[in-house]
Amino acid sequence: MVDQQFEPKIVGFLCRWCSYTGADLAGTSRMQYPPNLAAIRVMCSGRVDPTFVVKALQDGADGVLIAGCHPGDCHYSEGNYKAMRRYPMLLNLLDQFGIDRRRVRLEWISASEGEMFARVVSEFTQQLKTLGPLRWPHTIEQFCSPA
Amino acid sequence: MIQLTIDGKKVSVEPGQTVLDAAREGNIPIPTLCSHESLIPYGACRLCIVEVRHRNKTRLLASCTLPAAEGMEVTTNSEKVIRTRRMLAELLLARCPESKAIRNIAAQLGVEKTRFGKPHLKDNSAIVGTDGCILCGMCVRVCNDILKIGALGFEGRGASRRVVTPFEKPSEVCLSCGACSFVCPTGAIEHHRIRLHKPEPIPAEFEYGMVNRKPINIPFPQAVPRVPVIDPDTCMNFRTGGCKICEDNCGVHAIDHAQQEKIEQVEVGAIIVATGFELFDSRKLGRYGYGKLDNVLHALEFERMSHASGPTGGKILTKNGQPPKAVAILHCIGSRDENTNEYCSRVCCMYSLKFAHLVKEKTNAEVYNLYIDMRAFGKGYEEFYKRILGEGVHFIRGKCAEVTSAARTPEEKGKLIVVAEDTLLGMTRRLPVDMVILSAGLIPGKDSDKLGRILGISCSQGGFFLEKHPKLAPVDAINDGIFFAGACQGPKDIPDAVAQGAAAAAGALSLIDKGKVVLEPITAEIDEKRCAGCQLCVANCPYGAIEYNKEKKISIVTEELCKGCGTCVAGCPSGAARQKNFEDVQILAEIEGILTAS
Repeated sequence: MVDQQFEPKIVGFLCRWCSYTGADLAGTSRMQYPPNLAAIRVMCSGRVDPTFVVKALQDGADGVLIAGCHPGDCHYSEGNYKAMRRYPMLLNLLDQFGIDRRRVRLEWISASEGEMFARVVSEFTQQLKTLGPLRWPHTIEQFCSPA
Repeated sequence: MIQLTIDGKKVSVEPGQTVLDAAREGNIPIPTLCSHESLIPYGACRLCIVEVRHRNKTRLLASCTLPAAEGMEVTTNSEKVIRTRRMLAELLLARCPESKAIRNIAAQLGVEKTRFGKPHLKDNSAIVGTDGCILCGMCVRVCNDILKIGALGFEGRGASRRVVTPFEKPSEVCLSCGACSFVCPTGAIEHHRIRLHKPEPIPAEFEYGMVNRKPINIPFPQAVPRVPVIDPDTCMNFRTGGCKICEDNCGVHAIDHAQQEKIEQVEVGAIIVATGFELFDSRKLGRYGYGKLDNVLHALEFERMSHASGPTGGKILTKNGQPPKAVAILHCIGSRDENTNEYCSRVCCMYSLKFAHLVKEKTNAEVYNLYIDMRAFGKGYEEFYKRILGEGVHFIRGKCAEVTSAARTPEEKGKLIVVAEDTLLGMTRRLPVDMVILSAGLIPGKDSDKLGRILGISCSQGGFFLEKHPKLAPVDAINDGIFFAGACQGPKDIPDAVAQGAAAAAGALSLIDKGKVVLEPITAEIDEKRCAGCQLCVANCPYGAIEYNKEKKISIVTEELCKGCGTCVAGCPSGAARQKNFEDVQILAEIEGILTAS
């Protein structure tokens, strides 16, 4: 069931050189996409500490998008490869927390792919609407009896 | 310098030069058949004999093999010399009575007929086509000594001596360079009898293969610097290690075959990328017949043809050498087409109008422009469009479906038929024309993605380089210090490219003028007190900016090398690594801010 009333909150970690510029392009090209994503600019997708993702989910985000340059195109040579390796470890951690791994997405969006950025945000928002709110358990009682 | 006297004239030459060289230096004519500046003197034809006085005696000697000596007295036109030369000419004429070159040189010496009969020679028609070989060996020497190939040699002695290839069969080692027939003084060598492989013409790249070029050539008339270049793929020196005939011919010794390509590293503070465009390959759209049908040209081929320095000298001609009576210009080949490139190449409408004008002016042919939309967007462009309309050029709104040579009616026979839908008339039209010009679009250079990767700049969707901002920074790359000029950033015409080039130069100059570069203050640092010395950050750093200090047992960031990506910070297990302006606490606060605000 898709709850159309529910508007998911998405935190996006966008690398400054590719994905943030791509998002900028989506804006300057007047592309339409849901306003659910709030972007945080980082210098490189390799800067994204997995704890940032956990912190975002803990603080009420329903999904997190990490976006960087395409493999081989990293402004810092190989920062996105570091992100690529950290991501599966983060997913394992999410499994242990009982969080659906579809809530954290890693995407490669180049500076010219404004259209792709808009598409990714639209798709992700739709997917999170299907998954519903995250409801992070803040107490042990909540954790033992999930809603 | 050596001083000698030839026919009473004082001549000075360098040591080691021959009497023949000295005579040429003094503009004294000596007839010769077998001398060439690249070949070592051989003295085969003997026609260059001169009379040399030594004390009281005189001797007849071949001047081409006689080294010049101090105080030598030489006569080139004494009665004795002329008499002997005439005898030699008669003997040569007796051997080769059919040869035009021999008859000419004999006539110059006043010999019309020979008193001697033709000697009985061994048949050599397999290699030397007509009888004309005087056994001077220039072909053999040029092939062996100069070109280092050795496809030809002498065989036999006396009357049976002749020039042959091994086993009298076309030679496998022959590289079809044609030097033997080029140097042969009598034109006796018929090259097709020697070679096994046909010589392949080298198409001139700048003229799109409409004419051929030599291995050494000036690439195009406006080349800067305007000097010849040697193509290593076809130059005989690069293939055999020999030849170098051009070195001997160059008066100022400017040719150096030992030159190598060099990769030079230059340290710069700004880079202007001006790598330009390539023309869309019309072969990809087979329905227009490019590469299959004659007289289907792409835009740059026509541009060369209509140019005064081009292969036809500016004449617009079809393959059979006649000016066309009807010409079709097809717009939007490889642009505004979802199957190839979606973007508009901007320049094609206007150059097509120019082509229409040139064809009209030079041939008065009927010109058909097949367009989707006319985009005459610049200053004075609409006015030019109107002028061309007034010149009687036909404009048909509709994209060409195909170009074919299959005629349906007698008047279509022998013509190219352009099939197109005329969307204004609402009907299909078949236009019989003599020439089709494809107004091909502009595409990015084939190595532009590679260059983009080297410079760390990305490409926009058409593959052209991406500017920092489409409106506010259309000349800058995303990376500081890199600027774009011209079509590498997107299709543009000459005025736009000039404007962008000037802007790029100004941008680069403003950086150079400052003399220093401002770095972003976002480098990483490591808190000495927190660092446990695990060295994970050392492995994480792509720039080698972090070093492990063995004495302090901690890692230390070299700030000048750090580019500020923050990968080390994300990987630090103890929180000792920090990135200025992108600190963990700052980002965490951002997350909190975002999520509490909404």
